[in-house]
Parts: sequence; structure tokens; C-alpha cells
Amino acid sequence: MTVTESGSNEVTVPEGHVAFSIDGVSMTAEKGTLIIRAAEQLGIEIPRFCDHPLLDPVAACRMCLVEIEGQPKPQPACAIPVGDNMVVRTQRTSKVADDAQKGVMEFLLLNHPLDCPICDKGGECPLQNQAMSAGRAESRFEGSKRTFPKPINVSAQILLDRERCVSCARCTRFADEIAGDAFIDLLERGAQQQVGISEDTPFDSYFSGNTVQICPVGALTNARYRFRARPFDLVSVPTVCEHCASGCSLRTDVRRGEVQRRLAGDEPEINEEWNCDKGRFAFPYLTEDRITHPLVRDDNGDLRTASWPEALGMAADALTAAVGSAAVLTGGRLTSEDAFAYSKFARTILQTDNVDFRARPHSAEEADFLRSVVAGSEGPTYTDLQSAPAVVLVAFEPEDESPIVFLRLRKAVTKGTTKVYAVAPWASPGLSKLGATVLAAGPGQEIQALAGSEDVMQALRQPGAVLMVGERAATAPGLLSWAAQTAADTGARLAWVPRRAGERGALEAGLLPGMAPAAWGELAAGVGFPGVIEALVTAAEPEEALVPVPDPEAPESASTEVVPVEDEEPEPPFRALVLAGFDPRDVPDGAALVEGFAQVPTVIALATHHNDATRAADIVFPVAAVTEKAGSFIDWEGRRRPFPQVFRESLILSDAGVLAAIADEMLQDFGPADPIALRAEASTAQPATRPDRPSVAGAGARETSAGEAVLSTWRQLVDDGSMQAGEPYLAATARPAVVRIGPANAADLGISDGDPVTLTGTTGSVTLPALITDMPAGVVWAPGNSGANLVADLGVTSGDTVRVSVGRTS
Amino acid sequence: MPLTPVITAHWDQPDSFTLEGYRRNGGYSALAKAFEMGPDAVIATVKDSGLRGRGGAGFPTGLKWSFVPQNDGKPHYLVVNADESEPGACKDIPIMLANPHALIEGIIIASYAIRADHAFVYIRGEVPHVIRRMHAAVREARAAGYIGDNIAGSGFNLNLVVHSGAGAYICGEETALLDSLEGRRGQPRLKPPFPAVAGLYACPTVVNNVETIANVPYIVNNGVDWFRSFGTEKSPGFKVFAVSGHVQRPGIYEAPLGIPMAELLEYAGGVREGHELKFWLPGGSSVPMLTAEHLDLPLTYEAMAEAGSMLGTGTPMVFDETTSVVRAVTGWLDFYKHESCGKCTPCREGNWFIHDLLHRFDQGRGRSDQLVVLDNVCGQILGRSFCALGDAAATPFPSAMKYFADEFEAGTTTPSSVAFDPAASTVFSEVKA
Amino acid sequence: MALTDQTRAEMMDLAARYPQARSALLPMLHLVQSEEGYVTEGGIIMCAEVLGLTTAEVKAVATFYTMFKDEPVGEYHVGVCINPGCGILGGDAIWETLSEDLGVGHDQVTEDGKISLERIECQAACTHAPVMTANWEFMDNMTVESARQLVEDLRAGREVKSTRGPVIRDFKATERTLSGIDDDGLGEVPATDDLMLAGLRYAQEHDMKAPDAEVI
Repeated sequence: MTVTESGSNEVTVPEGHVAFSIDGVSMTAEKGTLIIRAAEQLGIEIPRFCDHPLLDPVAACRMCLVEIEGQPKPQPACAIPVGDNMVVRTQRTSKVADDAQKGVMEFLLLNHPLDCPICDKGGECPLQNQAMSAGRAESRFEGSKRTFPKPINVSAQILLDRERCVSCARCTRFADEIAGDAFIDLLERGAQQQVGISEDTPFDSYFSGNTVQICPVGALTNARYRFRARPFDLVSVPTVCEHCASGCSLRTDVRRGEVQRRLAGDEPEINEEWNCDKGRFAFPYLTEDRITHPLVRDDNGDLRTASWPEALGMAADALTAAVGSAAVLTGGRLTSEDAFAYSKFARTILQTDNVDFRARPHSAEEADFLRSVVAGSEGPTYTDLQSAPAVVLVAFEPEDESPIVFLRLRKAVTKGTTKVYAVAPWASPGLSKLGATVLAAGPGQEIQALAGSEDVMQALRQPGAVLMVGERAATAPGLLSWAAQTAADTGARLAWVPRRAGERGALEAGLLPGMAPAAWGELAAGVGFPGVIEALVTAAEPEEALVPVPDPEAPESASTEVVPVEDEEPEPPFRALVLAGFDPRDVPDGAALVEGFAQVPTVIALATHHNDATRAADIVFPVAAVTEKAGSFIDWEGRRRPFPQVFRESLILSDAGVLAAIADEMLQDFGPADPIALRAEASTAQPATRPDRPSVAGAGARETSAGEAVLSTWRQLVDDGSMQAGEPYLAATARPAVVRIGPANAADLGISDGDPVTLTGTTGSVTLPALITDMPAGVVWAPGNSGANLVADLGVTSGDTVRVSVGRTS
Repeated sequence: MPLTPVITAHWDQPDSFTLEGYRRNGGYSALAKAFEMGPDAVIATVKDSGLRGRGGAGFPTGLKWSFVPQNDGKPHYLVVNADESEPGACKDIPIMLANPHALIEGIIIASYAIRADHAFVYIRGEVPHVIRRMHAAVREARAAGYIGDNIAGSGFNLNLVVHSGAGAYICGEETALLDSLEGRRGQPRLKPPFPAVAGLYACPTVVNNVETIANVPYIVNNGVDWFRSFGTEKSPGFKVFAVSGHVQRPGIYEAPLGIPMAELLEYAGGVREGHELKFWLPGGSSVPMLTAEHLDLPLTYEAMAEAGSMLGTGTPMVFDETTSVVRAVTGWLDFYKHESCGKCTPCREGNWFIHDLLHRFDQGRGRSDQLVVLDNVCGQILGRSFCALGDAAATPFPSAMKYFADEFEAGTTTPSSVAFDPAASTVFSEVKA
Repeated sequence: MALTDQTRAEMMDLAARYPQARSALLPMLHLVQSEEGYVTEGGIIMCAEVLGLTTAEVKAVATFYTMFKDEPVGEYHVGVCINPGCGILGGDAIWETLSEDLGVGHDQVTEDGKISLERIECQAACTHAPVMTANWEFMDNMTVESARQLVEDLRAGREVKSTRGPVIRDFKATERTLSGIDDDGLGEVPATDDLMLAGLRYAQEHDMKAPDAEVI
């Protein structure tokens, strides 16, 4: 934008721009700029309700009427692009525009109920604000207003007060245009027009919360926040979401030490102005059921509260004895600064390379992939997705696993720039809303399907094409190798999208064996890969031990093998184990893992909430949640997303703080533990070597015998995840848990939709209603953690076989 | 000025609505002529004829057809607006009932001209007799090879779909009609883009009124000079006038545009015996009302505009002195309130406001200062609403106040039903012509 | 009557008539009414399935149009035009009378389920005011007496012929006609009546004609 001096004669209009004036101020702007946007650039706010920069204009509310010279009637500024030599007069300089706006405002308040005292929006309400700035002091209406029973639920989360609605249709337009979830629409006609649902399908969209945020009145509110607070009671802090790896900006509103609500922040390059319902609503866990004091195991074997000096002392003693033979499992939820602290602690204090951040199904191939191709890489970015001619999704379901990636892909698809391909067992709602070409393939069949598709391979060769791989690819041997090779061959940009916010940061912090910087010196040989978890699991079976097998040709990469042990008293795999918010229910053989803990002399857990790991630990330290510390996450693009400490008075130590305290007790020099210092240090601590790309051959799908199927699974966005605890309204909007099964298999079993089907794994089973879905034969799908945690309760993950039977287990 | 039956010329033949009957009277001969002329020549002919849209807006038809971009690679569509729902308008329904093939022949010629291979007739849902008639006529035409592939050996293909609406006056607005035809709520669209460029399914579309299209075969057959021999320079041609209200012989009267209302009224037998004309609407409740002083004005687009009204649908409705203007205006605002689609604030809420105020006057409990409010409110709607329905709703009150302010003043004390006995304005005892 | 596979097949038939299937939604909803007597939830679901829309989207359309009912109407749905062109000429008096006689108001059904009343808007038959409809078939030039007679005849199951259409059938039958799915075989009714011919007759009686093309 350029504002020209009034009175100046020479105006250079850049290419693709037009020159015009608003309220006497001459300016230029890009062709196609709407008058209302151009005015904003001048600091002139034309009042509006239905206009929203991210939605197509509808010019329905008529609040933004301005006078355009030469036009007999006032015109909506939200729907008209600036034209060459256009002379626009807003309410500031035109009585016609001012009167028109005042008239519209009088009309808007006609049937609007006087709900301000009990309406959530009061204090931050565009209707209130604009009634003051663009309305008359009094209304001349003396009649009766139209009323509706209120509120009604359009979903368990979202409540609707129809009387307050001004029919701006922002919500229905968002639901349809942006999210693709047209579960709300305008019903009836005239003054009876109202937002509504069809009773059989509530507004259970993953993005429903955005409609509450963009509603310009208090018509849409959400169940948890209703009647809770006034905006002037709240302190707003810009934060970053800690759930998935999308990297959304949030605005966290707090009052008296508690988070009251979270809104989407404005971040055009990442989440624009949207977020998902999990990021928005799943925050009660921050304050519920927290571990508040250090805990130690007493002589009876029970955990009891201990003082910090006592706990730190015990930990320091145990770890000093364990130097050189320790292991650290951090999980994928740490900030990148805390992750670096663990990396530094493990290598420089414990002098061990036995580290891993993957609290989920993983593989050695994946570790090679991450270290060779992902670590330290830049991009692709959300912007790259939007301009990519083609995006291919492999082992990645964006709507469930990275909703903001889904929204950006949908934007690109609806604008016509991008074509999406996906290899998946069935066309999910998300893939359908992307108009994706789905290559139907079960776990293990992905490479075959992709390599065999000329369309996909051609698409990947286009400049700007993106190949997106999810963390699930680790469960399909060869798939990550194929992806890395294919990206190199075709020139497609490669993106790895984990499910958790801290995974990429943990990788960049070096929390995999072989990633320590040379400056940290020689380390004892670790268990390498498959790694710490397998060592512990094996330890649970005392007859066997996991031993390193040196490879003379590749000394840095240690491999291991399981060997029988004759000793009555087997050597424990490590003398100490440090766990950070690590939940054994997230990994295969989780139960055996906990038994393996018992073989380790000292298990130290740093956690915010109790789980099976803390319950098996010898020492537990409480640590700060994301609102109690500053830090950053690194999103799937590799972009740093910093956030401040929301509760500035909080004295709860971050993980780095606790580690530094332990190091101090061990009389070791850890260095500063504040996030800024850690971040600065981390930027210089690069791994000494980078391995080659993995080249594991595809293994194909597992063989199944009669009554068995290959399991495909991923976690739905809203499910039984522990960070969603304490939010029943959100939980009620979860997609129903079903077993999806192909028509041929269903016919063989003699089942129809809704019939109970039982899937049995190695350690348990789950029974869910069947939903016959178009998918390959011999494959079934069930959600990873809805009703049953498949990894923990059945002992299976994507790609494993399960027994399929009709009816319930006895 | 004599009456000039053209479209209505053979309505007295019992089979006028059949293919047989239409052909016997020269029907479907224009089609052959049009194919010979070629599409651009057809557009030029209609343009030169000066035919103006008969749906109410009066936009030059040939000009509208010429806005359709040719050779754009997109399908083109012709949509006939048979949603006739304007209070007072009752000309399209009779045309479709008595002479559907004139409409069909016109559709084929118009589609040929704009290179549309699909045409739709959007008929309001409340008229099963007409819907039935049009389906039957289309079946006849298809059987005779006038609809389908390679029509009359011309190489032109046309598919014609008869479509039922479901009760919404707003669907008479062309962009709302298109949304309704796409299976959506009938709410108007932003313009630009205009339908000629992006209409049905975002493709170039021409939306024309029934009567407009029914004119086309006669224009093609008889030529521009013939058509321009009727009417005036700015309003050429003839009009199917439907005269209704407190007249002796309400009915369909086809006459040249430019016929003075007084003459048309005479043909309709004048105001009913023993009564006097009080006010009349040239074409629908959406146009400002006129009084006896305007009876000598010619019924043309320009003359009506000059008199402060509009020709609109050209279906004059006459009310005599037994009629309460307050009652009539209140009744029309009930209509606009019921039919408001709800999209925009001024119409949705403004109609609620006007409705509340007018009913007070109708019930004799209005207040003088509320007349100013009513006027303001109408001013807050006129030109500010999303579409012309708002403008239409904002019209009756100001125009009634212009000539009958005293009746509204009376509404501050006396219900309209007391000031004007409703029984006196009924037509029950009248003998029909 | 209920929604069957046959209904679904007919819906798909309607959808196939248009370049884009969604255009068939209004005719499809008429078809639902022809089976169910009003727009039922099942009808909405079936339309949504056939067209690939959400049920909310279908409900949004169904609730916009006055002719789509969300509750059953009477066997004979009787409309009285109360728009001033008819209302002032007698429609208002007819409405008041019928409403009082039957004890029902706008869009309400008599207890025996036979008759429902609706205050309808301009039916594009103003020349024939006051206008009524019975299951949307036209009854022109009504009076208070003839309106009462009409309702009585319909209630008694006597055959009533519409003034410009066929014998009046039940609501569902008319809705089927409106859906356009097939030919109801009732097209052979007179094209015109005296009012429609008023101008032509006058012209003929007074030797008025439009000039021929050749004359110009």
C-alpha cells in the first residue's frame, strides 16, 4: 500500500495496482483489494459483521455501506474491489453512508435480545462496539421481538442462542467453505432464519470451535466457557499449542492461575486464524490431577511424598552410580529446550548414548530416516503446501493427525491449485473433503500401490510437489526408505509429520543414539537400535538379554541381538533409567516394559501427571506444564514456535530445571537451565555425523490365516488421549469408535453395519460396532485409542495381525 | 387504441394449448426461420426489435442475450422465469395454460441464439395445472422432434427441463432463482458476476420471463418493423395486460404498449358499477401506486417512470373507493415480511419493523410520530437491501402517503375496518362478465 | 405410503434430468411429500444420501420453501389467498369464515385430519379473485358460500372439480404431480375461461386485430 501526500500531483501506480481515494486520502493498492481491506490499511474501520478476511464476501449484513462517487446507492465495501480513480466516502465523510449504517444498526438491534448482562460475548462484542460507534443512541422500535427457546445444542460443545444471531452466516460459511463440514446451515426464512442442524448429525466437526470465535455476537458459545468469565477479567497471553505438531498460535486467556479458554491466534503463515477443537478445548489437564511434590518409594514399596533435598539426594546418588550405564526415555511432548536439557544431561552427566524420544511404535529404519533426512532440514512449509501442484500423503491422515495441515490442504484444493493423493486403506472424511485420489492399500502394501501408480509418480515429479509421511510409516518396513529414495529421485519435497508437538524438537535436540555433538566427547557404547525400549522389554524376560553386536564396517551404528542368558541373577540392562512424561501405554509391549523397569535398580520419572511409568518409578519429580514454563516447540515444518511462561508466578521447575538441580546435587556442572540459554547452546550442538539414508526393502503385508486380518489404525483427533482428560464436552463430540471392514469380509462373517465385532491381539481384545467400508480385503481398521488403547490393551499396532470374530468375547 | 391479440389470438380455440392447435395457427414456423438466420442474426433481430423484459425490470432482451460470451468452451443455459408471484401479476400463468407452445418455440429459438443446449422452465410450485400443462406440451414437442437432438435437421440439440418451485416469491429474482434451481435456498447472489457470465452452475446463463420469450417467435416470424409498429420508441411491442381488481370485466387484454390506462380500463368495463377508482397499480404491489389523475398516461416503461411509478409486470390492479389504503398497504407488507428471504438486515428486520407499525395504524392505534418513523424506516431499506425485494417492501407506504396521508392519520384513532367496511369491497354480489 | 427403494430410484431419475444432480432437490422433496404427506426426517436422509449432501443442507432447503411442510397437513389442504388483490375482494372474509367454521388457523389441521387451512400468497390468478386452492388445484371466483360448500364437499368425500384443473385428488397425489416424476394423465382440461378470453372476445366483437406482418 502507498499513501500519497494529498496535493501531490505525481503518483506512480505500481504494476498491478490501482489508485483511488478513501475519505479524501489518495492511495494505491493491489488490484482486487476490497474497499474494506484498503480502508483498514489506512486505519479506517468500516463497520461490518458478515465480512471476514478469510471467508468469501457475501455482503449480507449491509453494515459496511459506503458511498462511491457515481453510484446512486450506497455500496457494500466488503464486496467491491477498489477501482481506478474510485472515490470512496465512508461514514467519516459521507452522511449517506453514516445514515445507512445507522439504519442497519437500528435494524440489527430490532430483534436482538437485551442479553448483554448474561451473554458471554459482552465486553468483546462487535455488535456492542459497533452499536456504540456506528449506531444511534436509541431505537424507535416499540414492538415485540421474535423469540426462540434458548440455548439449544448444535453439538455437545457448541450452544446456540438463536435470538442473538444476526444472520451474518460466518459460522455456516466457515463450516462449509473452510472445514468442509456442512453440519450447520441456515434454516427457515425471513426473520425466522436461524442457524440449525439436522438432529441426526450434530455439529461434531473437528473445527467447530472456530465458529464461536468468529461469531460477531454471542449466538454461539461453548459449553465449558459459558458464563465463566468476562473478558476484562482475563489476562491474554500469546502461546503455542502443545498437542500436535501443527504449530498453531493460540491466545491463552487466564484468570486467577487457571486457564479459562484458548482461542486461535492470528498467524497467517501457519494456522491463519483457525485451530482445531482439541487445541482449543483440551486444556483442563493442565491443572487437574497434577503431581505436586517429589515422591520416593518407601520400604513397603509405596510411593510417599518426599522433600526436594531428600529426592534430589536419592536421585543424585543413584545416577552417580549409574554413569555410563543409564538410559533416558523422553517421549514426544517436551519443549525443544527441555529436550536439549535431557540430551545434554544424558551425554555429559550420565555419559550415555542410550536415549530415545519415541514413545510410540517406531523402528531402527525410522531412526536412520530421521537422522539422515529430517534432522536439520528446512521446510516444506504451509505456504509450500498451498502452492504445491500435488501433495501425496503416505501413512498420514491429516484431519486426525495434523488438523491445520488438513485445513491448509483443503484451502489449496478448493482454490484449485493443488491435487491431493493419498495411500490409505479407506477414503476417510478428511480425504474425501480434500477430493483426494485414494490409492487403496492396507499396511505393508503402500509401496506397491504408490510405485505402481503412474499418476502419483508423475505428480511427484512436478516442481513444488510435496510428499508427506506420517509417523505411522515406521510400522511399515521399507516405507520410509522408499519415501526418502523417491523424494531424492523425483525432486519432491519431503515432509515428516509426527503426531506430537515435541517430536521434531526432540529430534533436533539430538535425542537419538548417534546424535551427540563431538564436543561432548566419547560415550560408552549404547544399546543402539532397536534401542532402550527393547532392552527393557527383553529384561522382563530374564532368560534373554539384549547385547550389542559390533559391525566392523560401520562402527558408529551398533546393532543388537537377543541372546539367551544362563545366569540366575541376570545383569540389569541399565543401572538407572530416567523417564520424562513417558507413558508405557503408548508403546508396544508396554506391560513388559514396566516389568523391565523393575529390573533396573533406579527408575526416575519427571512428570506432570501420574501414569504407569510414575507408578513403577523409584523417584518421581513434578515438572512444569506448558503454561508454567517458557520454551518452544518445533513444528512439522522445522519452524521454531516460541511461547512465554503464562503463569509468571509459577515456581514449578521445568524438566531442565530439575535436571540441573540433580546435576548440581551430583556436583556436576550442567550450566544454565533457562530456555534462552539452552536454545542458544542447542543451536551450536550439532551431531558429529549424519548416517546414510536407510535402504530397507519393503516387507509387504503380513501373512494372515483364516479368521485374521491385518490391522490398520491411527488415533482419532478426539479420543481417550490423556491430555484430553477433564473435558467431557469435547469428548462427547468424538467420532464414534467402529471397526471398519470391507464388504467381502463382512459378507464372509455374515455381519451388517452396527453388529458387534471383536478384534483380538496378543494381550487382549476390543469389541466395537462394525461399519462396512470400501477397503481392501483382509484389512480391518479401528481407532488407536477410542474405547480401547490398541497398543496397550491389545498389544498391536498398525500392520500387525488381529483375529476377527463376530459378537462379543465372553 | 385497439386491442391487438397476438399471443392470445387463438385462445378461444379449445385446443389452443396443443401442438396441433399451435401448428394449425402457424406455430413452429418461426423456428425454421431462426435456424435459417443463424444465431447471431436472431440475437440482432431481438435486439433491434427493442423487446424489453416483461418480468418487471424491462431490461432490453437482445442486449441481455448479447452479454453471453461465445466460444468460451462452457455450457450455456437458458432459464425461463415462470415463478410469477408478484401480487397482481397473472399473465404468465395464463400464457402457459393457453399457449404453452409459443413459450416452447420461443425457448428453442432463444437457446439456439445464445448457444444453450439446456433450457429450464422454473415454474412456481403452487400451480399444478400449469406444471401439468407444460410437462405435457414439452412431451408433445419432444415427440415432434422440436426438442432433443438435431432439431428439425438443424444440427441444434436442446434439452428442456420443466422444474417445479416450492413457494418462495424471492425465487422470482433471477439470481435467487438460479440458486433455487441449483437445489439450494433461494437467496440472491452477489452481482457481479452477472448471470450472463456466471449463472447456473457458474456458466453463462440468460434468465428471461415467460412473456418475454413468448414474444420471440412472433418477432422472428413477423420482423422488427412489425414489432416496432406497436408501442413507442422506448417501449416497442405489445403487452399481455391482465386487468384485475374492482373492475367489471377483469381478465387478459392484449394491447400495444402505450395504450392509456383509461382505455384499457374501458375495455375491462370500467370500475364496477356505482363505484369510483381510488388508486391503481400499473404492475404489481412493488411499484408505487397511482390515482385517477394518472389514468390518461400511456402504459409504457418511460411514462410510468416519469409519473413516479413503474410499468413493472404490466398487470394493472384497480381499487375503488370502498378500499382502505391502510388495509391494502398493510396486507402487502404482510406479504413482503413473509417472503423476505432473510439474507440481508434491512429487508429481514426492516419488514418486521414496518409490519409492526402498519398493523397499529390498521387497527386504529397508530401514533402520528410513527408515520415519520415509518417513512425513515422505508428510507433505510430502499437502496440498502441486497436485492429488489427490500426496495419493493419500502415502496407501498411512501407512495400511499403521497396521496392518502389522511387515511394514515385516521389510523391513529380508527381501525381501517371501521373507516371502510370490508364487506363493501368484496366482489361477491357482482356478476362476472 | 412410505419411502421405498422405488422412491429412491425415482429420486435418482429426477437427479439424472439435470446437468448437476443437486438441482433435483426441490422436485425430490415434493416426491417425499407425495409419499409421506410432509417432509419427514427419513425423507431428508434419503435426499441427502442420493445427492451426497449433509442432512443439514437438505433441511436448510426444505425449511426455506413454504410448500414444504414439517408436519402432516390435512387430506385436503385448503388455501385462501389473502394478498390484498384477493383479500380485499373477499379473500379475507372467506378466511375468517372458514377458520371460524373449522376451528383451525393457518397451517393447522382439523381433528378428523380431513382439512387443513393455509393463508396463501398471490396465486397469479388475480383476474379471478377471490382465489382459493384445494391441494393446490385452483378454485377461482370464490365466495363465502362457495368456500363453505367446497370444504363441506371435500369433507364429505364428494368429487370436486377444480375450476381450471382436474378433479381434486388428495394432497399426496398433487405432490406427485408437482415432483414431475410422471404424467398424472389429467392434462385434458380446458385451456381458458371467460376471464382469460375477456380481451380476445372484446377484440373479436369489435373487429380489433393485430396488424399482419405484410401490412407493415
